[in-house]
Amino acid sequence: MSETLPVAAFWILALASLGGAVAMMATRNVVHAAFWLLEVMLATAGIYLLLSAEFLALVQVLVYAGAVAVLTLFTVMLTLRRREDAVREFPVAWGSMAIASLFTGGILLVLARFRPALAQVPETIPGVEAFGEQMFTTWALPFELASIVLLAALVGAVWWTGGEDL
Amino acid sequence: MQSPAFDHLVVGAFLLFGVVFVAVTVFASNLLSPKGKDEPNRLEPYECGVEPVGPPWVQFRVGYYVYALLFVVFDIETVFLYPWAVSFNKMGLFVLTEMTIFIAILAAGLAYAWKEGALRWR
Repeated sequence: MSETLPVAAFWILALASLGGAVAMMATRNVVHAAFWLLEVMLATAGIYLLLSAEFLALVQVLVYAGAVAVLTLFTVMLTLRRREDAVREFPVAWGSMAIASLFTGGILLVLARFRPALAQVPETIPGVEAFGEQMFTTWALPFELASIVLLAALVGAVWWTGGEDL
Repeated sequence: MQSPAFDHLVVGAFLLFGVVFVAVTVFASNLLSPKGKDEPNRLEPYECGVEPVGPPWVQFRVGYYVYALLFVVFDIETVFLYPWAVSFNKMGLFVLTEMTIFIAILAAGLAYAWKEGALRWR
């Protein structure tokens, strides 16, 4: 009971995220692809939660599944004038497929050859409180820099869209 | 503080409730909706019961992108407020200044968007 339930949850979430990624690449409609991306993000949040990284799961749901997915859909709706534009035929890119297969094969080969030690989940998992302490002391500067990055994105978007005149 | 296993069960219960709720709703609407190929409204998009006006596919104004980005920016700020609030009691004034600077920088961006008229609804 204590082992099978998390393992089952992991397999469900892993298959959901991989299957969603495959479906995202396979669909020819850009809007459908955006929704599949949302599904992959939510499944990944579930995997984070399974690893007891609750804050990361929260960020994944609120920021990625919440905000970034909205941004993706906005971008699609901004750039496509007609419904028909969202559906694209795509030719099978054999060259890219070969390179991707070689890359995946290489990684699997290295993993099989060197067998890196699997990381163990620690006995006690630090909670959000410990995380906050670390973030606001050791990582105070990167935290403040993050606001500068967000500011740059916001100012850039306002400038790019022309503010008043548009 | 409950054990993580209990917390996960709560999350699982929420997930189950969500799936069952959607399944029941879709099944119920399938049960209640008119059937048959001749039904003229069968392929109409559902717009909260109101007659749909115009095509469902519209191109957004580029100005809306700023709203989406503002949402992303302040969403991230809200997420950071959570560990901040949890560790606030222990750290006190130091984290208060830190968060004030963080919010002030983001507020400057909001003020710029406001000044440029990007927030005016058109």
